Amino acid sequence: PLGRYAHADAATAEKGLYDLPRFGNVSFLHMTDCHAQLLPIHFREPSVNLGVGAMAGRTPHLVGEHLLRQAGVRPGTALAHAYTFLDFEKAARRYGKVGGFAQLATLVKRLKATRPGALLLDGGDTWQGSAVSLWTNGQDMVEACKLLGVDIMTGHWEFTYGQERVQEIVKNDFAGKIEFLAQNVKTADFGDPVFKPYTLREINGVPCAIIGQAFPYTPIANPRYMVADWTFGIQDDNLQQMVDEARGKGAQVVVVLSHNGMDVDLKMASRVRGVDAILGGHTHDGVPVPVLVDNPGGKTLVTNAGSNGKFLGVLDFEVKNGKVADWRYKLLPVFANQLTPDAEMSALIQRLRAPHQAKLSEKLAVTDGLLYRRGNFNGTWDQLICDALMEVQDAQIAFSPGFRWGSTLLPGDTITRELMMDQVATTYSYATVTEMSGEMIKTVLEDVCDNLFNPDPYYQQGGDMVRVGGLTYACAPLESMGRRVQDMRLNGQPIDPGKTYRVAGWAPVSEEAKSAGHKMVWDVLETWFKAHPRVTPRKPNVPRLIGMQGNPGLA
Amino acid sequence: FAQGGYAKAAFEAKSMAELTKALGLATPTESKDITVTGPDIAENGAVVPLGAATTLPGVKRMMLLVEKNPNMLAALFDFSDAVDPAVSTRVKMGQSSDVFAVAVMNDGRVLYGHKEIKVTLGGCGG
Amino acid sequence: MRIRAQAAGDKATVRVLMSHEMETGQRKDASGKVIPAWFIQDVTAKHNDKVVMTAQWGPAVSKNPFMQFVVKGAKAGDKISITWVDNRGDTRTDEATVS
Ligand SMILES: [Mn+2]
Ligand SMILES: [Mn+2]
Repeated sequence: PLGRYAHADAATAEKGLYDLPRFGNVSFLHMTDCHAQLLPIHFREPSVNLGVGAMAGRTPHLVGEHLLRQAGVRPGTALAHAYTFLDFEKAARRYGKVGGFAQLATLVKRLKATRPGALLLDGGDTWQGSAVSLWTNGQDMVEACKLLGVDIMTGHWEFTYGQERVQEIVKNDFAGKIEFLAQNVKTADFGDPVFKPYTLREINGVPCAIIGQAFPYTPIANPRYMVADWTFGIQDDNLQQMVDEARGKGAQVVVVLSHNGMDVDLKMASRVRGVDAILGGHTHDGVPVPVLVDNPGGKTLVTNAGSNGKFLGVLDFEVKNGKVADWRYKLLPVFANQLTPDAEMSALIQRLRAPHQAKLSEKLAVTDGLLYRRGNFNGTWDQLICDALMEVQDAQIAFSPGFRWGSTLLPGDTITRELMMDQVATTYSYATVTEMSGEMIKTVLEDVCDNLFNPDPYYQQGGDMVRVGGLTYACAPLESMGRRVQDMRLNGQPIDPGKTYRVAGWAPVSEEAKSAGHKMVWDVLETWFKAHPRVTPRKPNVPRLIGMQGNPGLA
Repeated sequence: FAQGGYAKAAFEAKSMAELTKALGLATPTESKDITVTGPDIAENGAVVPLGAATTLPGVKRMMLLVEKNPNMLAALFDFSDAVDPAVSTRVKMGQSSDVFAVAVMNDGRVLYGHKEIKVTLGGCGG
Repeated sequence: MRIRAQAAGDKATVRVLMSHEMETGQRKDASGKVIPAWFIQDVTAKHNDKVVMTAQWGPAVSKNPFMQFVVKGAKAGDKISITWVDNRGDTRTDEATVS
């Protein structure tokens, strides 16, 4: 429906898509996984997002036309562009960039004006993902979120700044402004809560509870030494206790602000009673239609609000006679050209970036092809990283972690240092070179593959498959662990389990890597860009898939 | 309640059969009333929290086992009537494995519950 | 040892953190020599002066062992004591008051 506004001015467009009629008496605005993107960017949704087992063919494992059909969105429209990868380059040029905190601020203000008392919830992965956030230890995002009016947040990549830094922000910067909630983070000694588990807020006279659920596998997916004194985990027994406690205190609405990942949220919703909605993040799924999950206590809505500042979820509840009687949900895309930037937020962003502007805008290369990351197996950006790692580090094989963040560049775009850092800005981006046996390579690939395709979501970690340069393989997601990765080859020759290969990688989680004197991955990339100022289109190296024909998570 | 010397042979057992033989126990049977708690994915294979508990009366001993450790038995607890039949500790796990809580009842029955715990290499994430 | 004993209703939950290497005997040092096994074997828990639970551990129990159990009929002011003995015969006892 927004298509006809595409060439109109921002004010007209705002009235079209963003004039969302008020419903009910309790509203939550939900953003998640913005990955520190303060400015508008492009972000291509995945063309491969496979579901296996009970998740096969179900939300959020639908891509392209399958997703549009389920959401009732017409192809070729602005919404179709927001929700899918279809015709990406053309649509991106037509509809422009997405996200940006100044645009988001305008949208939040607009929605708060029509929804008095609405709370703005941030699902986390907010302080990491850009050069400026890394260089300021997340301080830029802390300032921006305070100005945006975030009420409550939980976290994941936040923890990669270390437990002291997180505590410092929560106790000082956030005091009296933003509540950081996590029912599932405990001290490693006696299991005491580290953060407040939930908060009770009254919205238009209705007592509401918001419970925080941080990313359960932070010490596994990211370096454990960053959070050495804390433990995480899903902890659904404790969650049930918190729900019961909040209901006991009179809460008529209970929502969980979660960073579990959508599959984990869906399973959790089927087990825990008394939750009205789980507003989820981590797996970066832009889910236009929430899933209604049955459980012994009734029904729970499960949503996921995409990534990179691209969407704002709006959940309206009608609460009558002490309980939720009806609801409406809308996943609003943040089209940067169609929202007037908020002046105060624009000024803040400019102030935050000013000290770094020269470094950020330095031109490294120009890309001839589309550069994107997201997808289960590989993207052109990670292919570029693998190519650079192999060439600069003189390696036969390269691994790039299956991160789901990272903005998208269109053909002809200049790769500035800032846009490169969007792909690699972490606090542990060491570039490694390891002599690995063929057997070890197989073990690594199988391990990651099980984290993606284990039929039980509680055994998944919500990342994508490690991206592989040099080595080719076949992947059978439906097989059990140890049997999914097949036919591994290097230059056409089978990988020999007993032979040693030189493997380049980055972002190791071991503590030893911190002090091993490794180069940083951005330095490796900059070396490569000097030799390749004009980056030819990259063809992503993806495995041959077995048993996935007809899966609607595959375009 | 039972308090004997250190059960050396039991701690050297490589299988459930060897363990029950070393302790002179009946063949264990699975019971939904014996629960073993632990993470689905271990955050740190060197420190995996495990709990064993039951609502059944008449438990004299509870054992925690890790199937794929070099020796299965990690810990055993002998209860008096003055404690609940529920105990937790933290154990080492070298690889993904089933873990068992085995309860020895006053009447000689041996019951167990089990669950899978994954030990992973880590890395990646959304 | 760090012992925390907290009463709730007619029970007290006891949590204990011990300080011990819990060396498995299967690791090697930098020179390739096996590091000998060194671990707590026996644990005794007392409520006031009565033994309420004993435990036997192998080297698979984690370094700096943790143990949690629930004592019936324990109330604020009662004493909980924990004793361990390791495979070298070293022993240690600590006591805490139920709060
Ligand atoms: Mn994320
Ligand atoms: Mn995340």
